Amino acid sequence: MIGEVDPTIINLTIFVLAVFVGYHVVWNVTPALHTPLMSVTNAISSIILVGAMLAAGSAEADWGAWLGAAAVVLASINVFGGFLVTQRMLEMFKKKDKKGQA
Amino acid sequence: MSVNFIALAYLVAAVFFILSLKGLSSPTTARRGNLLGMLGMGIAVSTTLTITGNWVLILSCIAVGAVIGSIIAFRIQMTAMPELIAFMHSLVGLAAVFIAIAAVNNPVSFDLPEILPAGNKLELFIGTFIGAMTWSGSVIAFLKLSGRMSGRPIVFSGQHMLNLLMAVVMIGFGLWFFFSETTNWTAFSTMTAIAFLLGFLIIIPIGGADMPVVISMLNSYSGWAAAGIGFSLGNPMLIIAGSLVGSSGAILSYIMCKAMNRPFLSVILGGFGSDGGSQGVNDDGVQKTYRSGSADDAAFLLGNADSVIIIPGYGLAVARAQHAVKELALALHKKGINIRFAIHPVAGRMPGHMNVLLAEAEIPYEMVQEMEEINSDFPNTDVVLVLGANDVVNPAANIPGSPIYGMPILEAYKARTVMVVKRSMAAGYAGLDNDLFYMDKTMMVFGDAKKVVEDMVKAL
Repeated sequence: MIGEVDPTIINLTIFVLAVFVGYHVVWNVTPALHTPLMSVTNAISSIILVGAMLAAGSAEADWGAWLGAAAVVLASINVFGGFLVTQRMLEMFKKKDKKGQA
Repeated sequence: MSVNFIALAYLVAAVFFILSLKGLSSPTTARRGNLLGMLGMGIAVSTTLTITGNWVLILSCIAVGAVIGSIIAFRIQMTAMPELIAFMHSLVGLAAVFIAIAAVNNPVSFDLPEILPAGNKLELFIGTFIGAMTWSGSVIAFLKLSGRMSGRPIVFSGQHMLNLLMAVVMIGFGLWFFFSETTNWTAFSTMTAIAFLLGFLIIIPIGGADMPVVISMLNSYSGWAAAGIGFSLGNPMLIIAGSLVGSSGAILSYIMCKAMNRPFLSVILGGFGSDGGSQGVNDDGVQKTYRSGSADDAAFLLGNADSVIIIPGYGLAVARAQHAVKELALALHKKGINIRFAIHPVAGRMPGHMNVLLAEAEIPYEMVQEMEEINSDFPNTDVVLVLGANDVVNPAANIPGSPIYGMPILEAYKARTVMVVKRSMAAGYAGLDNDLFYMDKTMMVFGDAKKVVEDMVKAL
């Protein structure tokens, strides 16, 4: 049966299930970490980098590939900026934990 | 590399992304979660490299982005976090638009048919307009948050009609693109241009106080944009990652709206804080009296208390007073005073902003409590110190008919003594006068939050 299903339907299935997973996981995030949540989701949404790489890696190096290359730069800023700034924030919460235990 | 192997690698990456969000349920697991997120991204990118050409171009572009991103991440002030997040949302939006244009230009490089099928066109249309709106909306949010543009709402008559009209026209061009047999660039570019413009127009009427909602909403948009591109390219990992981000942003918007007791729609339609402004000031024409004192007086009261709750607000962030506040907290703690911090969900300019600022100042974790945890303790508290917060402690929230009626507040007015550090008697973002300031047990301490707190520490 699955072979005959339109790929869009399969994608839709993945989409709906992922929304549910996201919904349940995010409700468990502690409010104190909402800012890191936002910066890490920001980094995760730059998964769009994968699409940008496909555009930049096109065999015909026309203007579309250059547009893709620009998108790769934009998305990489986000990947590195997002994950690193999240790490920096979370380190601050770590220091606090140590203090609490001491 | 085989297509199946790539799909499996993407699945692994997607699982790591879910685990990275799951890690944020506690500060102890959060760092490991973030590392898993990085690992997921690493897997996704290296897998994609195996199926694409132009490595030199791609890797050098990633290197450029990595340098810029890392510099920003290490240099950014924690007080400027909301602007940074808005800036990063805008990048995701713009990248989505670029990718969509590239896909329309050359579908074959994405393994799509030469002539785009209708379904892909629809998905590209959705991905593009969400991406475009994310970009322009985030640019406005960035300008407002960084103070380069006034936080006041920009409203004009017929605004909502204009936005609605433009949305309809945009969808019209989208349908034209959808039904055209060949690639219809006219329809596609007009639709994209309108989406950019619409992003600007939707955010300009939203005032500074509603920024936590806006920034959460744009967070959500950036996720949906990624998911939309995932649909167009038939890439399940983009769909999963995008949906996670989309639902995360949506939940945060909901939490922020709830914390302000404002329906989401009314926030989005905007205009709040522009018409409320005059109403609060010339309330009843009677000059209300308040008591003011010096930092020394305040320090004396604090020193003699048994329990103190500090309520930090955005004013504290503006004055960069978080380190001074930590000194104050430690000084009081040494005297054996029970000192705690009460955080309102919308304190600061984005969800959780105040927690990060206090964490930066190395204020011990267990001193910081959320609104629900601490509200019942106010009646038994000797002194409440309000630092640069206003609307979140305004008892008007309990009075029917008030613009902020029903908003959950920190019940500072129930404490035995209240001290408010503020620059002036000016109204808060909601444009409302605050009755808390005129209560008999309230003492106002005027001045810059940082200076006042430093003086208090000296006096102790």
